[in-house]
Parts: sequence; C-alpha cells; structure tokens
Amino acid sequence: MAQFKLPANSVIGKGKTYYAGAGAKNVKRFQIYRWDPDSGENPRMDTYEVDLATCGPMVLDALLKIKNEVDPTLTFRRSCREGVCGSCAMNIDGINTLACTYAIGDIKGEVKIYPLPHMSVVKDLVPDLTHFYAQYTSIKPWLQTITPPPERERLQSEEDRAKLDGLYECILCACCSTSCPSYWWNGERYLGPSILLQAYRWIVDSRDEFTGERLDNLEDPFRLYRCHTIMNCTKTCPKSLNPAKAIAEIKKMMVERR
Amino acid sequence: MSIRTPLAHVRGLGTAKDGTHHWWMQRVTSVALVPLVLWFAYSMLCYSRADYDTLQYWLSKPFNAGLMVMLLCVMLYHAKLGMQVIYEDYVRPEWLMHTLMLITQFVLFLLGAISIVAVLKIALAA
Repeated sequence: MAQFKLPANSVIGKGKTYYAGAGAKNVKRFQIYRWDPDSGENPRMDTYEVDLATCGPMVLDALLKIKNEVDPTLTFRRSCREGVCGSCAMNIDGINTLACTYAIGDIKGEVKIYPLPHMSVVKDLVPDLTHFYAQYTSIKPWLQTITPPPERERLQSEEDRAKLDGLYECILCACCSTSCPSYWWNGERYLGPSILLQAYRWIVDSRDEFTGERLDNLEDPFRLYRCHTIMNCTKTCPKSLNPAKAIAEIKKMMVERR
Repeated sequence: MSIRTPLAHVRGLGTAKDGTHHWWMQRVTSVALVPLVLWFAYSMLCYSRADYDTLQYWLSKPFNAGLMVMLLCVMLYHAKLGMQVIYEDYVRPEWLMHTLMLITQFVLFLLGAISIVAVLKIALAA
C-alpha cells in the first residue's frame, strides 16, 4: 500500500554542524542525510560548511573533501568520478542525479543531499540495490540465440546498430527507477524504468533471437503496465536518456504482436 | 523475512500474460469517448431549453438512442478500467484490492443496466 507518512524510526532529526575555518573565502553549506544502522538512532541531517575556494567543482568533490578533511564517517559510493559507473547516484537538491557530474555552482543556497528515494538505506547515502539488480538479472541482459555462434563476429547493419543509441549508454545508476512513483509504490513487482529500458535494449537488438520470449517475460500488469507515463524517469536521467520512450516502444510491440 | 534468493523473489509466480488488452482498451475507450462526449454535450446544449416531449422525441430516434447507449457502455467500461489501475497502484493488502474491484464492477454494471433500461424506456415510450 502506498505509504504517505514516514515510519517513526525513519523520521529525520537535526544533526551536527561542522563550521568552516575562519580563513574560508567562499563558504557553501551542505546538508547531508546521515543514518548509522549500528547506532539505533533515527536518521539526521548533518550540516557541513565547505570552502569552495579549496574544493573541486562537482558535488562529489565536496563529498570527498568532507570525508577526507572533516568527517571520515560519512559513507557514500563512488568510483569513476566521470559519470560512467553510476555508483554515486543520490538525491541532490531535490533530483536524482550523479554527484560526480552535478556542478555545485548550479545549486542555489544550501545543498541538500539524500540517498536515492524510497530504497532501504544501508548507511548514510548508500541505498540497498539488491532487489534492483535481481530485477536486472530477471530480464536476461545478454544476447540469446538459437542459431549456433558464427565463426566470426555477429553482423549488424548500421541502421540496426543505430537502434541501440540512447539505450546502450544506460549505466544502471537507478536514478530513474527511484524517481518513479509507480516504482515507489509497487517496486516489488514493477520492474521500473531503468530495467525496462535495458529490457528494450535487448528486444530491439537485431542479433537477438529471443524477442518474443523477452516480451512474454514483460507481459504483466505489474512488471510492465505499472508505467503510467509519468516521465520523472526521463526528466531525471543524468545521461539524458529517455526510459519513458523505451517503455512506450515495448507497449507498442505488445499490441503489434497480438 | 524470507530466505529465498532475490532473483526468486523477483521471478515470483511468473508473468500474468495479461495487461496488454487492458492497456489497449483504455486507449480505445479514451479515443471513442471524445466524439461521444462532444455529441452528447452538443445535443444537451441544443435541447437545454426544450420541454420533456421534445427531448423524448429526440431520444426516440434510433440514432440518438443508439449513441446514448454506446456512450454509457464506453464510459462505464472506461471507468472500470481506470478504477482498476488506481486500485492496483495504491490499494493493499490484495484482498482489499480485489474486494474494492468487485464492488466497483458491481456498481458500474448496475449503473449501466439501470441507465440503459432508462434510455430504452424513454425512447420506446414515445
């Protein structure tokens, strides 16, 4: 059932403030969601003042500066720091995006940072993506054929290859799925925009021979049809992809094959 | 708490092999309702000051009575499809979802039956 009120142990309290030194020239305040499962306490918002004069331009730079210089207990995922790994997906200034490609300069006032919405939190800004990855596994994200593998590479025309543009770039950061109200309310069974875009990536791949089976696997009121074209996914995607369009294409194919 | 693997949890009972008909009919009924509602609104505006006999004469024409019955059927079917989406989205536990759906379907069928009988009664009485 859709829950519109936070459970008592999820209500966010006020946390500590870490002030910048007296010598700071250009101070920006970062409010960051903190939750430690071992403490038994409710989550809190800690405030960190960061001197932008000695900090890189991106939100991830500020997070690393805080972790390195102010508070080593701050926990978050990061790896590539250039928008190709999808590890540092979080809710920054009200939208789901990648901390590494989101500029601090684009944010007015205090920077509020939360973990991806409506996911179980492991610690601080780290969400539990176990279910999300299991959903990804369920669509069999690999090439499937009946024809035995050829001696050389599998051929694909340039036009067919072009159909994968706007799909293969998805880095599975989960920004879109966790921005989708349908995924919030029914994420247990609804696959969500990210996984459906990935499913479509294999459905339109001209080299794949299991298109029908892939569509069969999605034909379900919950797995696919919880999408109501809300478009939060497309709006939030840090790679500027269009999951809503991919889902619409799947729905069209479902009608086409009847 | 379950000790099943995450993938077993996701695969669950498999797909319902259903949903496309519902999705498609929701679109078809939406499109069908556009001309039907325009026709109905235009007719009602034209006859807004007419007396009972005039309106009864209007509805006694097979074309008008037919469109009226069609409007009611399409509208109530569309309402059923729409309510189903709302219940599936928001209502849990599942027994409550199914109970609400059955009650809604009963009410909509009843409304449909009553309205069609009413249209026929007015149309045939003229």
